[in-house]
Amino acid sequence: MSALFEFCLRMGDNTLVLGHRVSEWCGHAPVLEEDIALANTALDLIGQTQMWLGLAADVEGQGRSADDLAFLRDAWDFRNLLLVEQPNGDFGVTMMRQFLFDAWHLGQLETLIDSADDRVSAIAQKAIKEVTYHFDRSSGLVIGLGDGSDESHARMQTALDLLWPFAGEGFEADATDLELAGAGIAPNPAGLRAAFDARVEQVLQRATLSLPESRFAHRGGRTGARHSEHLGHMLATMQVLQRSYPGATW
Amino acid sequence: MTPIAQVWEWLDAVPDPEIPVISVTDLGIVRDVDWEDGTLIVTVTPTYSGCPATSVIAMDIETALRDHGVDRIAIRQQLAPPWTTDWLKPAARDKLKTYGIAPPQPAGGPESCPHCGSANVERISQFGSTPCKAQWRCRDCLEPFDYFKCI
Ligand SMILES: [Zn+2]
Repeated sequence: MSALFEFCLRMGDNTLVLGHRVSEWCGHAPVLEEDIALANTALDLIGQTQMWLGLAADVEGQGRSADDLAFLRDAWDFRNLLLVEQPNGDFGVTMMRQFLFDAWHLGQLETLIDSADDRVSAIAQKAIKEVTYHFDRSSGLVIGLGDGSDESHARMQTALDLLWPFAGEGFEADATDLELAGAGIAPNPAGLRAAFDARVEQVLQRATLSLPESRFAHRGGRTGARHSEHLGHMLATMQVLQRSYPGATW
Repeated sequence: MTPIAQVWEWLDAVPDPEIPVISVTDLGIVRDVDWEDGTLIVTVTPTYSGCPATSVIAMDIETALRDHGVDRIAIRQQLAPPWTTDWLKPAARDKLKTYGIAPPQPAGGPESCPHCGSANVERISQFGSTPCKAQWRCRDCLEPFDYFKCI
């Protein structure tokens, strides 16, 4: 498996899994405006998935399509961060997950726009406009809810404590990362940590939330070694139609 | 082979499926039109990467060109440089306003309410009925309205 193929799966699986998770809110959000915002965010993420998994399929050159990669792979073939497969929880957990992902995603895309691979750069240039907007929204909600009522503050702190151990995985580097960093195609994720910390701390401070001290990080999602039990359940829902009626179109 | 200028004129008449008062060329998403070995190549860029209108637009362009007698057509997608609201034609901004959608502004919010013209407006949501719009409200006439986001 080529490093570039692996990298495209990592990018595309993040946006696919989070896009599906966020779409689970459709029709259930606390207020209409947030329902629409969540659905639009999910739509952007699924659009980005089509670009990343489309490139993965081209790079692989085995005749698989972006749809084949999304609907016909099993949980152990997915390369998304554990963070994005975590269940939605309450609205606070969903927004904290979005905020931590957006902060990581934005840092990643900022370097990918200068990728030595034109196809990677083109996707990053497109996606960064949408992700800048996502980060603006999720930061605003984290601040508004964190520095809100006692109830909303408590829920946001609980969400941060729950999700923080999943924030570190995005900065781990393996042989794939080192190969791509050497070729100037993608950054070494370890080098993005400082900017991420600064970005996150600035928002959390305004949100009156405290960052947990532990840097312990769950890992195993982006390598596919050990996903959480939640991914399989999510895929069962997401893939059921193509698995039950292979090749179905409409 | 039909002259390219004629093809652009035909494309000027293909409406955006979600905001039919403006055309696909008003929107600035048709990046290039050219003949290649007897095939008409139309290069299109998406507004938002997940916008469901993108595939409908490709189909509408193809249908319109076939109706004008072009039978060898290929629609190509181009991602870079990414679409920006700077590519909206000036006339399109006026058409949006008349239709009740506040046109994009570099400042990041609408200049005025498209219904009554008041500058006393507030944001309800960063997102709206389509990926390209946000929801705003007028504090004077109290009507909600769509704002075409600036990207
Ligand atoms: Zn008004």
